[in-house]
Amino acid sequence: MTDQKTATASTSVSAQTDQTLSGAEMVIRALVDQGVEVMFGYPGGAVLPIYDALFQDNETFGPRLRHILVRHEQGAAHAAEGYARSTGKPGVVLVTSGPGATNVVTGIVDALMDSIPMVVLTGQVPTHLIGTDAFQEADTVGITRSCTKHNYLVKDIRDLPRILHEAFHIATSGRPGPVLIDIPKDVQFARGRYEGPDEVIFGHGYNPRTKGDPGRIAEAARLIAGARRPIFYTGGGVINAGPEASTLLRQLAAMTGAPVTSTLMGLGAFPAADPAWLGMLGMHGTFEANNAMHDCDVMVCVGARFDDRVTGRLDAFSPGSKKIHIDIDASSINKNVRVDVGIVGDAGSVLADLIEAWKAGGHEPNRQALDDWWRQIDNWRARQCLSYRTGDKVIKPQQAIERLYALTKDRDTYITTEVGQHQMWAAQFYRFQEPNRWMTSGGLGTMGYGLPAAVGVQLAHPGSLVIDIAGEASIQMMTQELSTAVQYDLPVKVFILNNEWMGMVRQWQQLLHGERYSHSYSASLPDFVKLAEAYGAVGIRCSDPAELDAKILEMIDSPRPVIFDCRVEKSENCLPMIPSGKAHNEMILPDDARDIGSIIGESGRGLV
Amino acid sequence: MAQPTPPASAYDLAHKTEVESLATFALLVDNEAGVLHRVVGLFAARGYNIESLTVAETDRRAHTSRITVVTRGAPHVLDQIEAQLQKVVSVRRVQDVTRDPNGVERELALVKVRGTGGDRVEALRVSDIFRAKVIDTTSESFVFEITGAPTKIDSFVELMRPLGLVELSRTGVLSIERGPEAM
Repeated sequence: MTDQKTATASTSVSAQTDQTLSGAEMVIRALVDQGVEVMFGYPGGAVLPIYDALFQDNETFGPRLRHILVRHEQGAAHAAEGYARSTGKPGVVLVTSGPGATNVVTGIVDALMDSIPMVVLTGQVPTHLIGTDAFQEADTVGITRSCTKHNYLVKDIRDLPRILHEAFHIATSGRPGPVLIDIPKDVQFARGRYEGPDEVIFGHGYNPRTKGDPGRIAEAARLIAGARRPIFYTGGGVINAGPEASTLLRQLAAMTGAPVTSTLMGLGAFPAADPAWLGMLGMHGTFEANNAMHDCDVMVCVGARFDDRVTGRLDAFSPGSKKIHIDIDASSINKNVRVDVGIVGDAGSVLADLIEAWKAGGHEPNRQALDDWWRQIDNWRARQCLSYRTGDKVIKPQQAIERLYALTKDRDTYITTEVGQHQMWAAQFYRFQEPNRWMTSGGLGTMGYGLPAAVGVQLAHPGSLVIDIAGEASIQMMTQELSTAVQYDLPVKVFILNNEWMGMVRQWQQLLHGERYSHSYSASLPDFVKLAEAYGAVGIRCSDPAELDAKILEMIDSPRPVIFDCRVEKSENCLPMIPSGKAHNEMILPDDARDIGSIIGESGRGLV
Repeated sequence: MAQPTPPASAYDLAHKTEVESLATFALLVDNEAGVLHRVVGLFAARGYNIESLTVAETDRRAHTSRITVVTRGAPHVLDQIEAQLQKVVSVRRVQDVTRDPNGVERELALVKVRGTGGDRVEALRVSDIFRAKVIDTTSESFVFEITGAPTKIDSFVELMRPLGLVELSRTGVLSIERGPEAM
């Protein structure tokens, strides 16, 4: 490998490459060469050389590479995720060895589950101390091997430039994901020859396939054209494929006349204002989306992975349909649900080819059958599965989201969430029209995701309105990141639906565990207004429906970070719901939710 | 998939009637620290069985090793294992040897048999039939070296058991494809 590198020594990069760099300087140089503008991190003993190189780079070149000091390493990872999801660029994290690395693990798994491009740099004890249980030593590559797309321990300075650039390539291509580089302190001090992104020779046979098979795409076009009850089931893959993919999805849906539903991760790829939009599907999806999934005859899954939250009971999942599955990850196809036409490729590329194949085949949708299909869908819509009752005494959580949407929809708004009931209500009631506007922890379901993610989003979009829709329990897992927001003048808004309960846990205990509310009440809640003020942010409280709009506007118009303590109905359940172990056409709707506990069978109780 | 998929009804899926079979995967991997853990960890994390595993560097210049792993599962599980293995960045190539009609599988075993008198004579006679080699002997024991398909080794071991089998060491399966093409 070394011989090859010498052979490719290039003069194409500026004169700086002629001189040797320290490993720490190479890290900074590689980040700049990769176009990184912002990274999130926390210093410590094993990364001090990199922080020193960063300091010197900023002295020399100004803040071409900004470092955002978080308050906990997990926050750095989530901030990087928020940055990545809202921009399409990789998020970068820099943390120290030992606890720095272990604290970042939750964020790495989160990024792996939701296919977020992320490069994590961790310091490590010097190579001669590895294996001696040295201070702040942890087997970081061992710990993260199964939760990264790929990871490296750099033992030789000669490998560092290649690994740095390779990490970005792997993180951002194919199915995106987190890549970790563990750099021992002696390697950070060692000097060597730096090589730019175009000079290095990758050491792996990694070469993901992005172009779909033309034969299968043509077959898919034929299947869709022959459909009487087609549906598009789209996911985060459409968002990851870039904004063009969302445009192509809109075109294809219009051409085929088929309705569109989406997973939690895919919200925004298709505009909620479009008449063909059915809302989210799955456990807390709409009645119309889930029934249409159950009764369709041709299902086109684009960039989604038949997650258990989506399919419900697998052996009753859309029993009568032919299934087309477009996914960049070959292992997603036929993993949970067997499909008829599997197409491995990038969602954008395959959608473009599918549109071409549709035109080339001279296909036309079956208008008459589609009319019947839409009539059926309208019947399901008429059930108004998201309906809820409001009163003049208490704010309903759904109402709070609807008002938030109404008052922010004409602005340049980005939404992040924590995990739980508030997240599902946000998904149901906030109507996304564009991709990259919705950041949530889908696969891993990480409470504490939303505030740091909002910090990352706000950094990428300084003039935009960034709101973390939160619960009073989730927010306490990462409250400290408010300090980061204040330090960097990031006016993120934390909109807490405060019902004093871990609402989703309470709901499941009500449904499945005989209303025995074991440890789900949030006792000793902080005064969120004072908490905000203690951090130097603005605190707002609202419990009166009549004041809701005015206070939301006060929050939006504040130029500073805000915690909004929205006191809502305490016992509201998140509905509709497909209970565990049930099929898509066995939903609980708000108007028949009297005796929910009896609906879930013994086997369903064992499921999650 | 070996056969065209039947009309897609997901109702077929959860039925546990699918027959499990043994499968041998040959992997060409980058020879670097932790690569075996990536493969083994994948099996452990996703609940797949490993029946046998062999690994050694096979090309020093290209820095590649070959891993041969024998596993068991229903056809769609085996497809999933293959797809998951292909996702590992350090894995260069995956071959399903079992489903390849040109696949050849061999295993080597060292078998220690202890006995005297008639049993000892019989052990030597059987080893001759199986073309096993005697690589060590004392007045009351033999160590045999035997090579062949895993089933052949199984039969040999069963025959040695009543004759005083005391210890067995197997390499696990190795595989290669017949014909001039390389993996």
